[in-house]
Parts: sequence; structure tokens; C-alpha cells
Amino acid sequence: MKIIVCAKQVPDTNEVKIDPVKGTLIRDGVPSILNPDDANALEEALCLKDANPGSTVTVVSMGPGQAMIMLRECIAMGADDAVLLSSRAFGGADTCATSTTLAAGIKKIGDYDIIFAGRQAIDGDTAQVAPQLAQRLGLPVVTYVQKVREYKDKSVVVERQLEDGFEVIEVPTPCVLTCIKELNTPRYMTIGRILYACESDCIKVWNENDVELDPSKCGLTASPTNVLRSFTPPPKGKGEMLSGTVNEMAAAVVAKLTEKHVI
Amino acid sequence: MAINIIAEKCKGCGKCVRDCPFQAITMENKLAVVGMACTNCGVCAENCPFGAIERTESSMSNVDISLYHGVWVFAEQREGKLMNVSIELLGEGRKLADQIGTELAAVLVGSEVDGLVDELFECGADKVYYADAPELKGYTTDGYTNAIYKGILKYKPEIVLMGATHIGRDLAPSLAVKCGTGLTADCTKLDIDPEDKKLMQTRPAFGGNLMATIVCPHHRPQMSTVRPGVMEKPVRVPGRKGELIKLDIKFKPGEIRQNVLEVVKKVGEIASLSDADIIVSGGRGIGGPEGFDIIRKLADRLGGTIGSSRACVDAGWIDHSYQVGQTGTTVKPKLYIACGISGAIQHLAGMQTSGYIVAINKNENAPIFEVADFGIVGDLFKVIPAIIDALDAQEK
Repeated sequence: MKIIVCAKQVPDTNEVKIDPVKGTLIRDGVPSILNPDDANALEEALCLKDANPGSTVTVVSMGPGQAMIMLRECIAMGADDAVLLSSRAFGGADTCATSTTLAAGIKKIGDYDIIFAGRQAIDGDTAQVAPQLAQRLGLPVVTYVQKVREYKDKSVVVERQLEDGFEVIEVPTPCVLTCIKELNTPRYMTIGRILYACESDCIKVWNENDVELDPSKCGLTASPTNVLRSFTPPPKGKGEMLSGTVNEMAAAVVAKLTEKHVI
Repeated sequence: MAINIIAEKCKGCGKCVRDCPFQAITMENKLAVVGMACTNCGVCAENCPFGAIERTESSMSNVDISLYHGVWVFAEQREGKLMNVSIELLGEGRKLADQIGTELAAVLVGSEVDGLVDELFECGADKVYYADAPELKGYTTDGYTNAIYKGILKYKPEIVLMGATHIGRDLAPSLAVKCGTGLTADCTKLDIDPEDKKLMQTRPAFGGNLMATIVCPHHRPQMSTVRPGVMEKPVRVPGRKGELIKLDIKFKPGEIRQNVLEVVKKVGEIASLSDADIIVSGGRGIGGPEGFDIIRKLADRLGGTIGSSRACVDAGWIDHSYQVGQTGTTVKPKLYIACGISGAIQHLAGMQTSGYIVAINKNENAPIFEVADFGIVGDLFKVIPAIIDALDAQEK
């Protein structure tokens, strides 16, 4: 089987702090990581490969050159090779244009059996790119996959998470599945694979010419949505710190909430 | 829009390199260079002390946007019951439609859900577009995408709003690509530009650290998904009527590729955080899954429901449906009591618009106190019983 995984390098938004005086983002020391949901997607692909010897796992990412590090991590986890779609022409892409570029890259790889992606990336949290990619490739999509029940000859049976349960869906392959953290626990990199990932030239870098994409069809110029402005959300004003013994503070908060008719 | 560096004005100070939230700018030979990680957020342009960074608009679409009229709300129903977020969106959609001076319509998709049409009129819809087919009984990506796409193609709405539910977030991207238009996810605020009547869509990004206002200037419809629990429900007007328009929907064999074999409901308690008036939430400070016992006790005493920070969900202490925050549920209760929650930005993003916030935490420097109306520094295992005692005492 030929398995494709879509991945993104993201800043670890859990580590981002706000400068309390200036109200700006403090990004010093914020590490770049493999997007968490994408790690689940890769793990699922690797499990499928383990169960089907002779399969290959190819990771595809769109991003700047520094995303190579993330792709090497994917190789060190067990992916066979990777493609980085990188060019200034791809820059400024919204989700719509990103899906066009990824689709072009995946078409060039060609001949795939299944595509896994993370549900969403933690820097944008949009969850849009994978379903958009599926639409562009003409493939069926199932999002929020929490479990793969069975890989059949020409289809796959998965559980799709809902707010109040899940549904069991069968889709024909090839298809796009977006993965959530409930699906699995991503494996660690191994020493041997890390050495291999550092030394081998299994990562290709493709630009718009390589994937035969007109520059007007990618990046900013092909993005229907534009950021009008961005700002750090104004912090809500700090309230009152209560003081006294535990019982005094408890009585005070109950009295204050009662006074405001909240309870 | 694009970010351009004006070489003559750039002094190579490096401020933009530090300010850029996406690490997209580098300094080469004392000149700022914008890399492909740029999202055109504009932070650099606003902060450049020398005015050396400009944002320019690039226009690129041959869509005649003047043909598109009306605001559509996807009336998401499950088993014949409208989702709350759809009602909230009718409230918001009404305001937007009035500001533009156009009509509000609901798009109802399902099988034999005629009974919901009147409810949609009473909640403010002037028109209801109704796609009724046996294949649409349950949600499928292909079925719903194709049905609504046909409606959009024929009736050309200028705005389409959907709830950012597990269904809305699956449907919207497929639909947007089919329509060849843009989509903004998980909006928390919508406005109409008073000058050109365009939709201004504001959403949190970067884990809630940054808010971005996004426009879709040259493509139609302008599409957004909106977080549940953020917009206000309209006042229902009993007996209000409107126009019902049936969409002609027929499916070819094999057109719907997702075959739903079974729907499994979670047994036991389901968190319905977005509707709760009072939420008592536990964080890492509760120490373990059994820590939710005391949280639940206070919630029960107040007639509220319990919530959780991401840390507890990640640790497997509680189901993810209880998670409040950027990647969980956005809540706006009258009262939010945060117990043992430090207040990571992604958590604050999901609860800071609550009516009143009470924070209980051992660490007096915890960021949660920055948004709290009332802060108590102390051990939650002592403070919560004391609060319950105080409630009991007050009742007597």
C-alpha cells in the first residue's frame, strides 16, 4: 500500500505567553513541533504499514525550509520518505490555497491508497485543510476519526467522533481521514531511525514548478480570505482578591455572588 | 493582501523579526525579508517604527459579487431537533441581514423534518430553503454538501453561516471548495463593514493568543463557522411566518460515499456546557480523577454543571466533552468557578466572557486571577467545603 500523511510544523501554542505590560506575544523560546493531531495521523499510517509489510508511508507538508526538522522527526518515527512543498509563491496561503498546493503535491506523488491528516493544527485550529484537500482530489473524507475498525479491500470502516457519541462510517478507498488524539498514542523515534533521518536524502523539496502549479493558483494570490487586522485580545480587568481565613473568604464570595443575584 | 518591505525605509532594526507571531521574517544584510510562513496578519506593519512595511491588497476573482444577496444560516438538526447554535446564528444572522438591508434565510436539510420550518420562521428567518430527501435523514459529508451546494448555486446568498460543530466543521470546508470561495473557521464575532457591507469575521488564532479579523472580499458567498455558545439567541416570535422554498434534491447511486452503518450515543452523563448557567471547573490542581468529586459536589449544590481544563482531559481524568477552552467548548455562563486551574491562554479563550468568574488557586500568581472577578488564594479542598458551608449557612 502507498500511504500518505499530511503534516504541519507548528509553534507549540501551549508555550506562548503574553507580556502582561505590553500585551504582546512572547515567542522567545517557543519550540516548533510536529502538530499533535498530525502525529496521530502518522501513527495510524505506521500501524497500517506494520500490518501490511511492503507498504510505504510518505509525509507531505507545506511550509518554510525549517519544516525539514519536523519531517526528519517523521522519518525517525518510521515514515519512509517525505516531501516539503516550499516556495515563496506558496506563502500567505489561506486554507483554501493551502489545500490546492497540497493537492498538487499529492497528485505528483500519485498512486496512493489512503491519506491521513490531523484534524486541525494548533496554530490556526481551523480543521479546514484536509476536507478541502479531499474535495480538490475528488476523494471522500471522514473527519474526527477516533478509531479505525477495519481496513477492507476497497473500503475502510471508521468511527467518527460526535459531541455526544460517535458514528460508524464505511467509505471507499482512496479517501482522506482526519485523525484526533483519541485514535492512538504516537510512537517514539528510535535511535537507528534518527541517525537514518539525519543522514539520508529521503526528503524532497518541491516548488510550484515541480508540482506544475501556476503561481497565480497558489499562495496569497489564490487565497479568497484575507486578514484585515490582527490584535491581541484585551485582557478582562482584574477583579478583587479576597483575603482572610478560608471560612471568611468563602463567606465573602457567597455574599458577593448573592448580592449580584448570580446565585 | 501582501506584506512588502520597503527597502529604502528599512533600517534593519529587527523589531519585526521579534514581533512576528509566525517567525516568518528574517534579517538578511540588514534588510527584513518576509518568508513563506507569513500569514499576512499585519502585526509587523503596525509595529514598524519606520513605516517600512506595507500591506497591499491583491484583487483576484472574476465573480460578480453584486449577484449575491441574503444571509443564510445552516439550520443544523439532529434527529429532528434544531441545534442550539443554529438558533443562536439566526439571532446573529438577523442582525447582519438588517445591517446590510437584506433578508435572512435558513437552510434546512433532512428527511421529513417539516415540523422545524415554523420554528425557523419564529426565530427570525424570512425564508426557509428546505432540502428534503430520504438520503438526508442522517448527516453525511457528500449528501449535505451536494444538497446545500445546489441551493447556493441557484439562489446565490452573500453570506452563509454554520455552527462550528463536528458536523458544521466537516460540511463547511467541503462546501466552500465546491463553491470556490473562502471560509473562516470558529468565528467568535461577526460585523458588517458599514461602508462596503462586507462581512468582517473575527476569530481567535494561535491558541487564542491572537485575534484576527478576516474578510473574503472578492468571492461569494462569504462563509463562516461560528462557535456554539458565543452568539445570543433571538427572542422567538410565536406565529411569525415566512416563505418556504423547497430545493429539488435527487441523488445518483453512489453519489454519497460515506455510508453510516451505526450511530452510537455516549451512555451516561453528557456534558452540555454551552447551555449551562453555572459551571464549576477543575484543573490540574484537583490532583486526579477523584478530584472531580468535590467539583461535582459544589456544582450540584449550585445547580450547575462541571467543566474541566485541558490538562485533566489530556491526563485521562475526564471525558473531553467537559473540556472548556480553545480546543474544547467555549462557554459563557452567568458564573464560572475555576478550581485549581492556572489559566493557560487557551483555557481563558474559552471562558473569559463569562458573567462572573471566581478563581480558587494555591498559586497567587496564577494567570487565572487576571480574569477573575473574585480571587481566592488557597487549597481548593479546604475552600470548596467552606463555600458549601457558607451556602448552607446562608440558606438558614
